[in-house]
Amino acid sequence: MPRRPTIVLERRKVVTAILRPRGDALVVTGLGSPTYDAAAAGDHVNNFYLWGAMGGAAMIGLGLALAQPKRRVLVITGDGEMLMGLGSLATIGVQQPPNLSIIVLDNEHYGETGMQETHTRRAADLAGVARATGFRHSATIDNPQQLKTWIPKFYRTAGPIFAAVKVTTNRVPTILPSRDGTHIRSRFREALLGPQRAFE
Amino acid sequence: MGAKPSPTRWPDDIYRILSAADVRQVSYVPDAGHARLINLCAADRKMRTVVLTTEEEGVAMLAGAWLGGERGVLLMQSSGIGNCINMLGMIQECRFPLLALITMRGEWGEFNPWQIPMGQSAARALENAGVIVHHVDDATRVGETVFAASQLAFNSYRAVAVLIGQRVVGFKQWNK
Repeated sequence: MPRRPTIVLERRKVVTAILRPRGDALVVTGLGSPTYDAAAAGDHVNNFYLWGAMGGAAMIGLGLALAQPKRRVLVITGDGEMLMGLGSLATIGVQQPPNLSIIVLDNEHYGETGMQETHTRRAADLAGVARATGFRHSATIDNPQQLKTWIPKFYRTAGPIFAAVKVTTNRVPTILPSRDGTHIRSRFREALLGPQRAFE
Repeated sequence: MGAKPSPTRWPDDIYRILSAADVRQVSYVPDAGHARLINLCAADRKMRTVVLTTEEEGVAMLAGAWLGGERGVLLMQSSGIGNCINMLGMIQECRFPLLALITMRGEWGEFNPWQIPMGQSAARALENAGVIVHHVDDATRVGETVFAASQLAFNSYRAVAVLIGQRVVGFKQWNK
């Protein structure tokens, strides 16, 4: 069995720390807690919040990263969501988008559905999968110092970049952003493309 | 008779329309019927071809592409329609444009019985997931159908699938 350090990182603090230096980065959040975490860190017009489409976050990130090569794209999602779209890591590994970073908040549980264990609890090593499918940089992050070292990489190092951040299952207040899909997508496009192109 | 290929170059017609529509991201799960079109797109410097492990990846990717201001297309075979259903929920809720060009199996002279269930429910499954379906069985009409579908998808922000009939694509002869 791989080493299993005690999980100490808190998801809200992790996401707030990751998004603090976001600049003009574009952010896609996986359904459930990652969407709430990003909203709790501060609602932003460059956030595209998912409330469904489980397994699709990384691929939405790829399409966005290819369309906006000058912008950094961060996908912030959960371990259950990532496990449902594992094949997308292989697809991203082939494309090698230099501006895409995928960050999994890995609490090793399905948090929205009763805290059942996910595959990462027992066996699956998501960072290992990313490495094996061609990501240029990949790591499992389990302490504050390591997180501090990696945050600048999410924005500046040539990707694709992957990080599984091990976080606790401690309960946090639910912070809900807009859940109206057409509103979220229109707001995102208007901020990114301007009103002319967004609604052409 | 049998697996006689279509006399017209319908993949070339599709390529010209995609190019004129400024489609930049071409995602696909390989299919023999789309082989020529995939090659034409791969040779075009303005287009980025992305091979997928499953069709739903393409649905998600094209949502991201459009969020970022680029148009895309999904090339696939009817056997992959079932893989897309959950992701199509997002397309419907967010009213993302989606253009899918689907070559049919399991409908015309099919040899493989395992292709029948998805092939026969292709249009209904897509329509139930909120996708507008155009079916084309005449090689000379593939171009105009794809053109209309692309207009509908990108101008009206809708998911549109063109089912390219097995009659157009041709079917495998196993007992040569």
